[in-house]
Amino acid sequence: MPLSPGADRILVVIPAYREEPVIGSVVASVKEHFPYDVLVVNDGSPDGTSAAARKAGAAVLDLPCNLGIGGAVQTAFLYARERGYEAVVRLDGDGQHEPRDIPSLLEPILRGDADAAIGSRFLQGTGYRGSMPRIFGIRYFRGLIRLVTGYRVTDPTSGFFAIDRRLVDFYSVHYPSDYPEVDTFILMHRLKARAVEVPVRMYEREEGKSSITPFRAMYYMVKVTLSFLINCIRRFE
Amino acid sequence: MNRVTVLSICVSGAFLLYILEMVRRRKLREEYSILWLFGSAVILILSLKQSWLDRIAHAVGIAYPPSFLFLVGILFILLILIHFSITISKLHRMNKKMAQEIAMMKENSRRKSPGGPPGLA
Repeated sequence: MPLSPGADRILVVIPAYREEPVIGSVVASVKEHFPYDVLVVNDGSPDGTSAAARKAGAAVLDLPCNLGIGGAVQTAFLYARERGYEAVVRLDGDGQHEPRDIPSLLEPILRGDADAAIGSRFLQGTGYRGSMPRIFGIRYFRGLIRLVTGYRVTDPTSGFFAIDRRLVDFYSVHYPSDYPEVDTFILMHRLKARAVEVPVRMYEREEGKSSITPFRAMYYMVKVTLSFLINCIRRFE
Repeated sequence: MNRVTVLSICVSGAFLLYILEMVRRRKLREEYSILWLFGSAVILILSLKQSWLDRIAHAVGIAYPPSFLFLVGILFILLILIHFSITISKLHRMNKKMAQEIAMMKENSRRKSPGGPPGLA
């Protein structure tokens, strides 16, 4: 992809909690392929996550306590707004997202065709096979998002996306503190943002276990549905 | 006076004094004491003024007037709990904002004094 004039105006954001074993290689992989600034937000992990990220060349924000994924990512948006970055790419710190797909996310934004580009693991036959409840959840949120916002999304829980400055500014003030992904579609809808989906690769987690239990899955569905619907009628100044 | 009324006078009176004392010693902030004070005052007044209690209980169709006191008590507890949930949400928001600011300030001071231990810049 053409390096637009603002290669140094693009920030790659990686939230991390207890990712000491892998965060270094994720940062290094971004740094190896792109000239962009990398910011790791350490969400209060007590291990060596920060040190590993700094060693790999990232700037690090150390949160003094654990804020949850939304609060951590929002800190990065505050940082990006303060320093005037034109676009922000967000990817996971556990190696699930393929950094080489970053250009596909940035392209529609830098061309001015979209305000947000969301990576989807379902757009190309990537052969993703999830468990039954997971697939049910994804279908449910697809339906909910389409019903309320009209966006036709294939991967509603994707945390691999790029957004332009206007969304960064907005998210730095209004961002859900936990489970933010589904909610952001209603926020984008309220802002009349143009969102596109882009095929990306996603891998199984390299280290650690997924934290999903049946109870958490239920809580997730209820909580996300509630905050999604409330965001429809909430006032944003 | 029946026994439940005496009990109610004693309990709500003692409670009212306790809350006032906590506020006086600054262990309880005024704004969080208002609902407690108001609630216990209402119950105390209704316990003392039997005739008022009887009239109100009759008006809302409660056969046994002292049970109206319990209703009032429960309603106040509900109000206070909602008030707490709102306050916790506010604290949560402020706490998040504070943590985010601290993280950015730490990074700023680190940049200004590279090599130095963080926080001592």
